[in-house]
Amino acid sequence: MSESATTPTPDVATEVRAARSHVGRRLLRNPTGLAAIIVLTVMILLAIFADVLAPMDPSKANIQDVLAPASDAHPLGADSAGRDVLSRLLFATRFSIAGALWAVLIAAVIGVTSGLLAGYYQKWFESVSVWVVSIIQALPGIVVLLAARAVIGPSIWLIMAVFGVILAPAFYRLTYAAVVGVRNELFVDAARVAGVGDASIIGRHILSVVRAPIIIQAALLAGIGIAVQSGLDFLGLGDTNVPTWGQMLSDAFSRMYQAPILLIWPSLAIALTSISLVLFGNALRDELERAAGKPKKRRRGAAAYVPDASGPAPVTHVEDGDDARSVLLQVDDLVVGYDQPGGGVKQVVNGVSLQVRKGEVHGLIGESGSGKTQTAWSILRLLPDGGRIVGGSVSFDGKDLAHSSENEMVKIRGRRIAYIPQEPMSNLDPSFTIGSQLVEPMTVALRVSRAEARKRALELLARVGIPNPQRTFDSYPHEVSGGMAQRVLIAGAVSCEADLIIADEPTTALDVTVQADILDLLRDLQNDLHVAVLIVTHNFGVVADLCDRVSVMQDGRIVETGPARSIFRDPQHPYTRSLFDAILEDGAARGPLAHSADRNTLPERSAR
Amino acid sequence: MLRFILRRLLAGVFLLFVVSSLAYLFLYLGAGDIARQILGVSATQEQVAQKATELGLDQPLATRYVDWLSAAVRGDFGTSWFNNQPVVEAITSRLAVTLSLVIGTTILTAVVATALGVWAAKKRGAADRLVQIVSVLGFAIPGFLIAIFLVNVFALNLGWFRPTGFVQLGTSFPGWLSTVTLPILALSTGAIAAIASQVRGSVIDTMRQDWVRTLRSRGLSENRVLYKHVLRNAGGPALAVLAVQFVGLLGGAIIVEQIFAIPGLGPVAVGSTARGDIPLVMGLVVVTAAIVVVVNIVIEILHGFLNPKARIS
Amino acid sequence: MNAEPLLVIDDLVVEYAAKGFGKKPFRALKGVSLDIRPGECVGLVGESGSGKTTLGRAVLGLAPVTEGSVRFKGKDISHLKRRERRALADEIQVVFQDPYSSLNPSLTIEQTLAEPLRVQNVSAADASKRIRGLLDQVGLPSNSADRLPREFSGGQRQRIAIARALALSPQLIVCDEPVSALDLSTQARVLDLFKDIQEETGVAYLFVSHDLAVVRHLSHRVAVMYQGEIVEYGDGGIVTSAPEHPYTQRLLLAAPVPDPVRQEQRRADRRRLLDSQRDMEVQAGVA
Repeated sequence: MSESATTPTPDVATEVRAARSHVGRRLLRNPTGLAAIIVLTVMILLAIFADVLAPMDPSKANIQDVLAPASDAHPLGADSAGRDVLSRLLFATRFSIAGALWAVLIAAVIGVTSGLLAGYYQKWFESVSVWVVSIIQALPGIVVLLAARAVIGPSIWLIMAVFGVILAPAFYRLTYAAVVGVRNELFVDAARVAGVGDASIIGRHILSVVRAPIIIQAALLAGIGIAVQSGLDFLGLGDTNVPTWGQMLSDAFSRMYQAPILLIWPSLAIALTSISLVLFGNALRDELERAAGKPKKRRRGAAAYVPDASGPAPVTHVEDGDDARSVLLQVDDLVVGYDQPGGGVKQVVNGVSLQVRKGEVHGLIGESGSGKTQTAWSILRLLPDGGRIVGGSVSFDGKDLAHSSENEMVKIRGRRIAYIPQEPMSNLDPSFTIGSQLVEPMTVALRVSRAEARKRALELLARVGIPNPQRTFDSYPHEVSGGMAQRVLIAGAVSCEADLIIADEPTTALDVTVQADILDLLRDLQNDLHVAVLIVTHNFGVVADLCDRVSVMQDGRIVETGPARSIFRDPQHPYTRSLFDAILEDGAARGPLAHSADRNTLPERSAR
Repeated sequence: MLRFILRRLLAGVFLLFVVSSLAYLFLYLGAGDIARQILGVSATQEQVAQKATELGLDQPLATRYVDWLSAAVRGDFGTSWFNNQPVVEAITSRLAVTLSLVIGTTILTAVVATALGVWAAKKRGAADRLVQIVSVLGFAIPGFLIAIFLVNVFALNLGWFRPTGFVQLGTSFPGWLSTVTLPILALSTGAIAAIASQVRGSVIDTMRQDWVRTLRSRGLSENRVLYKHVLRNAGGPALAVLAVQFVGLLGGAIIVEQIFAIPGLGPVAVGSTARGDIPLVMGLVVVTAAIVVVVNIVIEILHGFLNPKARIS
Repeated sequence: MNAEPLLVIDDLVVEYAAKGFGKKPFRALKGVSLDIRPGECVGLVGESGSGKTTLGRAVLGLAPVTEGSVRFKGKDISHLKRRERRALADEIQVVFQDPYSSLNPSLTIEQTLAEPLRVQNVSAADASKRIRGLLDQVGLPSNSADRLPREFSGGQRQRIAIARALALSPQLIVCDEPVSALDLSTQARVLDLFKDIQEETGVAYLFVSHDLAVVRHLSHRVAVMYQGEIVEYGDGGIVTSAPEHPYTQRLLLAAPVPDPVRQEQRRADRRRLLDSQRDMEVQAGVA
């Protein structure tokens, strides 16, 4: 048994390193990405070698061959002017793709440069850009192109250049958003403090971030370029001397009744190229997201541990006196896991057993990644996507929640078990008033009238210490402070008279002075309502302030449990002890500088 | 709210002024010898000079611009150079046709795209993949290609619809429906694809918000949270895409009208462009820009209605 | 106490322009004065919105100075041009709070650490040697150099950020909540590292934190900030155990002690303090 506990954690670093390889190589292993790349490569090769491959001059008309069917001379037949369809198709590939690339190139140069400058320097440059962009976007692209066509005539290059200008805002917005995002990253500040110049910061730190999104955007815009260019030619507004897919389509459309087959080739070319471009963009984005693995800001359940529910039993402290209160929540051998994309389950809780009695405050303490929040969510059955209870039971008032249906859980949540979240500001729906978010659950869970719920909500807001309940009731979440929002959330949690409140780090996001007020409020409410509370925290001060009993969690397991006073007085498990040792509160102050200078005679200081 | 609308309206009018001024300058500076173009190569030098005087082309550009602007403010955009029809008349007689097409498409798009997006976000798995594939195809294939396909299959081969022509909405609703069904389908595919994937993405993102968990912890069912809370929050980004798509539809309608021979603005636009009929082109630019401005304001008001934060600023 | 100060902040005001015309700018710092001597750690403690982070950023030249001055070794550095500011890179450095966003995710540790050295035209070979030395100094294995930030834990990343700050052997490091995002046990080890480095190199710290216990552990002197002003400033041990200013007293008693028995006592003390402060306010209002 003891071996399993000491099994070394797999070296996470080497695992991640193995997963990191070039996005380009991964793109080739992605089936849709590979297919798209093949199609696009073939198209580009056909475009480059059109001269060599085309059997005849694409513009040479032969009156005898008008609408000729496929033959040895014309493998794909001839069009309405007796020109060879295959030759025209090959050259059309060249001009259509070149036209689209030309537009994208111009758009990228204008958009990326202005986006970088506007994003990095902001100020007036930004407001000018906003106006230019809204002027460009005040008209549908095709209308601008028609107007341009009216004065500059049917030149494919000039028209596509104008289209490039119209597309530039797409690159501008992308680059601008990325730059503003990166600009405020601390690593850019750090580079500036390190003395790195502006040009170098843009080049190293910012361009590297926007490079891939620009490629993706370019692929999508090239597709749009092909569509618009074909559309203009289809309308008969293009240069008739330059064969393009749009010209061929236009010609075929006018002979749709006689030779519908002619529609197929240009349609196929346009559709195939456009779809490949979009698929290429999508595949690249997917691979980038997968490679980045989305840097986790809040590390949830990081530790992947050996699945073994039967670990060593936790150190259990004996009860001080006889606790006659009956057990309300009994968690046994709870295992929580997340389904992995490649199959398999990553366990984040490895067999937690826990008891909460009626009316007691139970602290669940642990460091990040210990699985304490996952345990709390799984009791409510509100795990994020992919997470589920893999094993064990959650018995609440005699009912096994681990195996209850969603409908049954809806009846239990709010009325029997309530929840106080960690981040007050992100836990209120920004689009509804605070009042309506308090009233709605009461009308649903308690089946009271709106008027009754409203009255209760105002009373509750007053009860949780909000100075002007009516005003807060009518406010939107962004109009109140974090401390106020947390009071609102506490009011919501007690609104339906639950028997158990699960509070997930309810004071962690708050300032110390606000935290003290909220702790007082929680204690008062608990005394008044005799509700049981399971409080998840990493702060021993919070536990000392509120809890009757406490369970210490490490790597998805409870390692020590018992009455709070007993554990504080005499921690047994080595992990609990190491946590107590790390507490700074009782440590000595460092004292004035002179003292340390006496001990460490540094040359600089001893000279004075 | 009223002040907000007023401010947007003022900004819109200013934008309209800037866009039309720029268009005027580009069109008249870019055009070559206009009188010669109108009369053709066979005309004599005197005839050309006379035509130029007649059109006021001998005046300096600034004077012409001020004249045009003061007339335009009164609703007079001049007459076509080629058939002497007043520009306002040429446009208004056809605007209703194009607008009925575009608004019909927008309504269809909003309904279908929201349904598809929510369905994909909620079910995930196979439904999700299906919607994603449809989105890729709809986004990638140009609308006019779909129009050509639809004409071939449903009009020429199956004979369910007439391949060309148009019945006014006011004349007969079923008649209108039978003539616009294929054009609307062709136009809406791309827009549906774009908006459905936007709705899908923002619904999934919103579902991951912390407050969704908290609302559910209060005993609200998943569906109630989804349809009342999540959808409202996901609506903002979708509206922004809808505004962009509407502008695109306005442009797309020009090509699709050409394919189905619908007497909307499309044929006017193509004809005037090919001939270089600058007064008519100017009129079209101003009208479309005005429509875009109005639509953007409507969308912003809707957005403010959905999002209390936007309402205040 | 006769050591000449390294950094002197005098009556510093920082204002941020408010959004929209005609609105009053937001005054983040309202005339703050502070000094740091060579080799000293000055703790700056306060709650969110107190201006403590702004003060740190003003020293780094990342916040706009409206009035007052920041003098480093006698020279006013509050309004430097970008180029002059860059020349200070080898004297003043920074360690930020968030170990996740303070390192560019796409650069290896070697690239990140080489950045400040490259600016100073250190040769590649010397830089490489220096980086190995730095990694050793902050307790990371030398094979860390060619890895990416995401391969490290929060505490390790913070060690990398410290190594970057040390690369040019600065005389002052501004530490902006450098241990707030870390777990309890990691926090203690990183704080010890800060202490060891200071004793080894004689670098001075401006140590910004919301946590009185953290500041007390590391600081020779402590300044308490409240609403853009320093309300109390003095010996670390005294400010953090027997403060004079009413706000500092509230702050001290608000933090729960990790001991149920003493916490009960502290709770009662805090109640009494709040009541007496309220009474005094009422009296002040009457008078």
